[in-house]
Amino acid sequence: MADLIKVGMADFKVSRSPATIISYGLGSCIGVSLYDPQTKIGGLLHIMLPDSKQSRATDNPAKFADTGIPLMLDEVLKMGASRSRLVAKMAGGAQMFAFANATDVMRVGSRNVAASKEILQKLGIRLVGEDTGANYGRTVQIDLTNGVYTVKTIDKGNKTI
Amino acid sequence: MGALCSRHLFVMWGDNMSDDVSNLSAVQMDALREIGNVGAGNSATALSQIINKRIDMNVPRVSIVPLGDVPDLVGGPDAMVVGVFLRVYGQAPSNILFLLPKDSAFYLVDMLIGKKHGDTQKLDFMDESALMEIGNILSGAYLNALFNFTHISLLPSIPALAMDMAGAILSVVLIQLGQMGDHALVIETEFKTEDEGIKGHFFLVPDPGSLDTILTAVGV
Repeated sequence: MADLIKVGMADFKVSRSPATIISYGLGSCIGVSLYDPQTKIGGLLHIMLPDSKQSRATDNPAKFADTGIPLMLDEVLKMGASRSRLVAKMAGGAQMFAFANATDVMRVGSRNVAASKEILQKLGIRLVGEDTGANYGRTVQIDLTNGVYTVKTIDKGNKTI
Repeated sequence: MGALCSRHLFVMWGDNMSDDVSNLSAVQMDALREIGNVGAGNSATALSQIINKRIDMNVPRVSIVPLGDVPDLVGGPDAMVVGVFLRVYGQAPSNILFLLPKDSAFYLVDMLIGKKHGDTQKLDFMDESALMEIGNILSGAYLNALFNFTHISLLPSIPALAMDMAGAILSVVLIQLGQMGDHALVIETEFKTEDEGIKGHFFLVPDPGSLDTILTAVGV
């Protein structure tokens, strides 16, 4: 049985094949993965918020898309992944409760999706799979033996991206 | 002999005067504990009257936990829960989240609709409506107590309901805490009766600045 590495909220983990990295119960949060298919090195980041510049508590860079993704990128590169081969996948960014007059805070899911895409683009990393939005929770994992990113839900089935 | 065990959680964050809840003084923590105590007591009484069962309550425990650990208080991030969410308007705008593990929610529906224990296996429109009404009543009772204590007038919105993973539902309030700090202040009260099978977790999460308003109103 290969290692199962857990990632909590506002945290990230990097590893190599044959490990699997998992994060449980994402709502508006996003699970961003990076993977190098040749060295089979990768990581999974569980971000809560889009932008560290709009927050007063910035001690933990893994909490934000704009600081968390570059941080995880550095770590996978340090382990020996190749920047040009890296591909990204992501899931999450739901809006769990529907309100007619949803505030910005309620729509943080879609803002997280937009910010993550923008950061990946800036860093020049291809986004090759995505399962975002809607109104349900997701448990996400990436299998570093093959780069398969699995999304599990309570009653919307499971899918791989 | 089962226990009807309801856990009440009161979560707050730092505000203009403190960047993180870990900066709160002992007197302020005591004041929040007392607010939690009075609010939870009122809510427990309301719940007891609705389901017609006696509910005992302990003194609230106050603790400060990392945000990522909050889902563990309700059974872990992938535990299946029902959440009732209300937005609170007024002088100290806040959010309220009432969480029940799935089995507790189903049992509560059995009692509310007058079905046999175990009859409810999924939530239909009526069941959801009944649970939202419970969220409404508990929030009203809580906010009334808060008003008596602070004279801050607060009005809850209509409730919204979701059944999903605890982490996903809690993320709605945790994300807001995350903008202000890395810890949550949790005031936790347990309700118990001699009956079996219900646990509840009640979160009140004030907006930035609202904690300051509340603490000022009680004079700490």
